[in-house]
Amino acid sequence: MQSVLKVTWKRLPLSTNYAIAQAVKDADVDVVSAYPITPQTTVVERISELIANGELKAEMVHVESEHSAMSAAIGASAAGARAFTATSAQGLELMHELLHIASGMRLPIVMSVAARALSAPISIWGDYSDVMNTRDTSWVTLIASSAQEAYDSIIQAYRIAEDPRVFLPVMVAYDGFAMSHTYEPVLVSEASDAFKDYIPKEPKWYTLNPDRPITMGSLANPDWYYEFKYQQVVAMKNAYDVVVEADQEYGKRYERSYGIIEEDGTDDSDIVLLTYGGLYGTMKEAVGQLRRNGMKVGIARLRLFRPFPVQDITKLAEKVKAIAVLDRAITYGMSIAGPVAREIISSVYSEGLNTAVYSFIVGIGQRTVTEKDIQEIYTKARSMMESGERQKESIYWGVRE
Amino acid sequence: MVLKERYEIRWHGRGGQGAVTAAVLVAEAAIIDGHYAQSYPEFGAERRGAPVKAYTKVSLSPIYSRSPIIQPDIVVVLDPSIDKSIYLEGLKDDGMIIINSSKSDSEIKSVLGDKYKIAAIDATHIALDVLKAAIVNTAMVGALIKIVPLASLESVEKALHETFSKKVADLNTQIVKRSYELVRLIN
Repeated sequence: MQSVLKVTWKRLPLSTNYAIAQAVKDADVDVVSAYPITPQTTVVERISELIANGELKAEMVHVESEHSAMSAAIGASAAGARAFTATSAQGLELMHELLHIASGMRLPIVMSVAARALSAPISIWGDYSDVMNTRDTSWVTLIASSAQEAYDSIIQAYRIAEDPRVFLPVMVAYDGFAMSHTYEPVLVSEASDAFKDYIPKEPKWYTLNPDRPITMGSLANPDWYYEFKYQQVVAMKNAYDVVVEADQEYGKRYERSYGIIEEDGTDDSDIVLLTYGGLYGTMKEAVGQLRRNGMKVGIARLRLFRPFPVQDITKLAEKVKAIAVLDRAITYGMSIAGPVAREIISSVYSEGLNTAVYSFIVGIGQRTVTEKDIQEIYTKARSMMESGERQKESIYWGVRE
Repeated sequence: MVLKERYEIRWHGRGGQGAVTAAVLVAEAAIIDGHYAQSYPEFGAERRGAPVKAYTKVSLSPIYSRSPIIQPDIVVVLDPSIDKSIYLEGLKDDGMIIINSSKSDSEIKSVLGDKYKIAAIDATHIALDVLKAAIVNTAMVGALIKIVPLASLESVEKALHETFSKKVADLNTQIVKRSYELVRLIN
């Protein structure tokens, strides 16, 4: 296949944080506002360096909190700038109010989140508690599983966010520490303008301009507020197709694409293990060993959390008898407490399928998950499937009670 | 020496000796050589003087797993004052210890026994001589890549120049080359 544009790539050893900084440069972002928080900090540290040494012409706004970081990004985006910010954990929580304002004002901001556990007690380590708490903020949410994918996803995120069918902010999440601080090979564009036709800088969203005065984020009375919110419902629905198209077009131009759900070995298996983020890599090697020993088990990775890809989950659920979901966050007070497991149960139910869904909680506060853990989870899930058991409560893998 | 499919290396030092930088440097050099590599610190807050671990995986094929290294093929000991029970933990039976030591071969063997392959280098001496500071990380890198060719000298030099200023990179290149020459297999 002939690629549309000749892009020369250089293969660099980068952490996911540095890969993201590189993508922000290659996306030619105009305004970056951020407040430091572990394990995100080196994203914006590196962006500061890129701005300081002239590789990226952008305004870096140093703010006093994440609340202000998102506020500044909202202001910049409302003025027509391509805006970026990055955060983790409590920083994302402090932004929470503004997450709704960014999406409600339909501003195509892109944010990277090095996913981290929430306080208290303080844990600087990784899990997805922070990301899962943004479920209802109307942000399109991608979850990457490698530094390469994080780089590519930031570029794709601007294409998705700035599409007139969407005009919503996009979050690109990835494992705090296990990815944010891990160096691995990443192909990045040699030329700084490789993406300029893929994400042209032509703001089509409503912007603040004294020549065309408009009001943004104003009061909406009961006679109209509902319609504004319904427009977000429609935009989120549209976002699914736009995410698919953005990924396919990226694949055509740059020869890398990821799909909505990455799968392996699901066609000849009756059971599939599903997760998201960096844990998928460990799962791939763990299940690879099982398959070499003749076991019929597949793996799947959710790359798109919002909008939730019910159609892809349905296709997967139709192929297998059981899906075991490994979640790295807890929905407190629910017996099935894995946030993604719950969405999958809901998808399977609404499509009238009989696929069993098993919820495993793993890797909370970066509790180690080894290949052996994953193999044992498979054994447990298979025995539940074979006995026809329906799960009443999530299994908290490895916890000391 | 022919590289096997994958090596897992654990680095042991104290905060300030540069174990994390060394772990990343070897990964960078291996990547420059066209191999696959992954490197990460023992995640958490870093404190000067505290025992530090860092990890490097080098592979001929893509590395997907992000699970921690529990049974390393090689341990690199930047600071011999760290208790051996810490750095020998999980080391494979046919594993290798690369240790910074000013002691004689027989003294080192009397401490570490003869179960593992052992290579030694007086990294502190080289670092003090060149840098006038006991930052031993790059000397250990030179020793490692001589004993197990995970990365070429040229790529380490290139990675050094991408990480540090020219002056610092040149000094460290000197260190790497010297320890590459001087490292000795003692068991």
